[in-house]
Amino acid sequence: MRADFVAREVFTGLRRNVTMTIAMVLTTAISLGLVGTGLLAVRTIDRTEELYSDRVEVQVALTADVSASDTDCTQAICAAVKSRLEGTQGVESVRFENQQSAYERYQKLFAGQTLADLVRPQSLPATLRVRLSDQAAGAQAVRQAMTDQVGVHNVIDQRDVVSKLFDFLGGVRNVTFALALVQAIAALLLISNTVQVSAFTRRTEVGVMRLVGATRWYTQLPFLIEAVVTGVIGALIAVGGLITGKFLFIDSLLSGIVSNGVVPPIEIADIIWVSPILVMIGAGIAAITGYITLRLYVRL
Amino acid sequence: MIRLERVTKLYKTSTRPALDRVSVNVERGEFVFLIGPSGSGKSTFLRLLLREDVPTKGNIFVSDLNVAKLPRRRVPRLRQRIGCVFQDFRLLPNKTVGGNVAFALEVIGKPSSTVRKVVPEVLELVGLEGKADRMPHELSGGEQQRVAMARAFVNRPLVLIADEPTGNLDPDTSQDIMLLLERINRTGTTVLMATHDHSIVDSMRRRVVELHMGQVVRDESRAVYGVGR
Repeated sequence: MRADFVAREVFTGLRRNVTMTIAMVLTTAISLGLVGTGLLAVRTIDRTEELYSDRVEVQVALTADVSASDTDCTQAICAAVKSRLEGTQGVESVRFENQQSAYERYQKLFAGQTLADLVRPQSLPATLRVRLSDQAAGAQAVRQAMTDQVGVHNVIDQRDVVSKLFDFLGGVRNVTFALALVQAIAALLLISNTVQVSAFTRRTEVGVMRLVGATRWYTQLPFLIEAVVTGVIGALIAVGGLITGKFLFIDSLLSGIVSNGVVPPIEIADIIWVSPILVMIGAGIAAITGYITLRLYVRL
Repeated sequence: MIRLERVTKLYKTSTRPALDRVSVNVERGEFVFLIGPSGSGKSTFLRLLLREDVPTKGNIFVSDLNVAKLPRRRVPRLRQRIGCVFQDFRLLPNKTVGGNVAFALEVIGKPSSTVRKVVPEVLELVGLEGKADRMPHELSGGEQQRVAMARAFVNRPLVLIADEPTGNLDPDTSQDIMLLLERINRTGTTVLMATHDHSIVDSMRRRVVELHMGQVVRDESRAVYGVGR
């Protein structure tokens, strides 16, 4: 195989159909950019889940009178609730937080905000904070055990709050993947079309090649490489787009919740992790589409 | 070198066979004219030799290759042994004369050292020395056909197929092309030329195979185009 010959043919082909080539590159880039966004969303979801799995607790808030009178959970009502919780299946540990420490945590959390000044220790309930050993069934068991329990105000599963965030991230992921799929179909058709046009504009060359006994590889490879080159360029543009998007939009959009530790930030390393995947998808899909097109539609 | 054994070719769109039990044997180094009116089967004959198509029945051999039974991947090997020239030259308009000839070697993977050595040689053989850098549109019809012949011959094929190579040329230029074909034939290359040109066939006095309605109606050595025509 003469590499210089194939390279020359590829270059000529790309230049000759330059408008088609650009269309193909852009469609591929958008499609892969969306795939990349989806992959980053998946990664963020995984990271966030990790972040929360050891922090999420179920809070059992005590009624106002119990909260006010009992500061170390030694009195009958609180102790009963606590031992009941400790005996519940799926519970790892139970920790008591009295009004004063709740107040201190609150002050720290909302430091510098007017909310912090409005709150008095008495307005916050004392809570029993439950860590689960069984993340799946534990919360339900706690809820059941606390139903109609004397001294209990309500039960808050922090995961209910967090799951809203997961739902949002999951939604982002699903939408981007769906858009990526639609774009991918457009990209496939464009690749197929471009290969056909390319083969048509070079039919004289291909005719001569067949005539003088060039092997199938020699006649087909330039077209395949052309498709792969555009696929790879598309992927690289997509990666560039992701990096630009990170610095221009995502960073400022997420800055608040990232600095509070609600979600992990999207790092350059994440995008570097995504890029080879995008390049492989771009090159692979272009090659497969090109090959099938040549087989089905183009007589070489 | 070329052997057809009772070759029949039926096209789906026609009830009459394009070739009907055609048997022809061409020896190595022969020069054969294939004549006959349009639709007599000349083109089908040549297409089958090149494995552009397969016969409905019968066997075809080119050198030691059983053309009809050749697996697809071996078809290039067959075509590398056959050079082809056409009425319409089929040159690549965006390549120079030298580039056109070199292309035939490049696409079968010949190293560039070979290409650099062989292309000027063959251009000299066809009388185009010094014109390697011209573009095809700068050349006359006769010169373009010489380029096509150089391209067909550059890989030293065993067989040269010429499909009405003089069809677009004036009589004088046609004579030059025939001289060149003779010269190629003298190197030991078998030449098979399909033509309608009476005067050329008559002046060359070579073997003539005449097809009519898909059948061989005449196969004569040192013959003329037509008796009583």
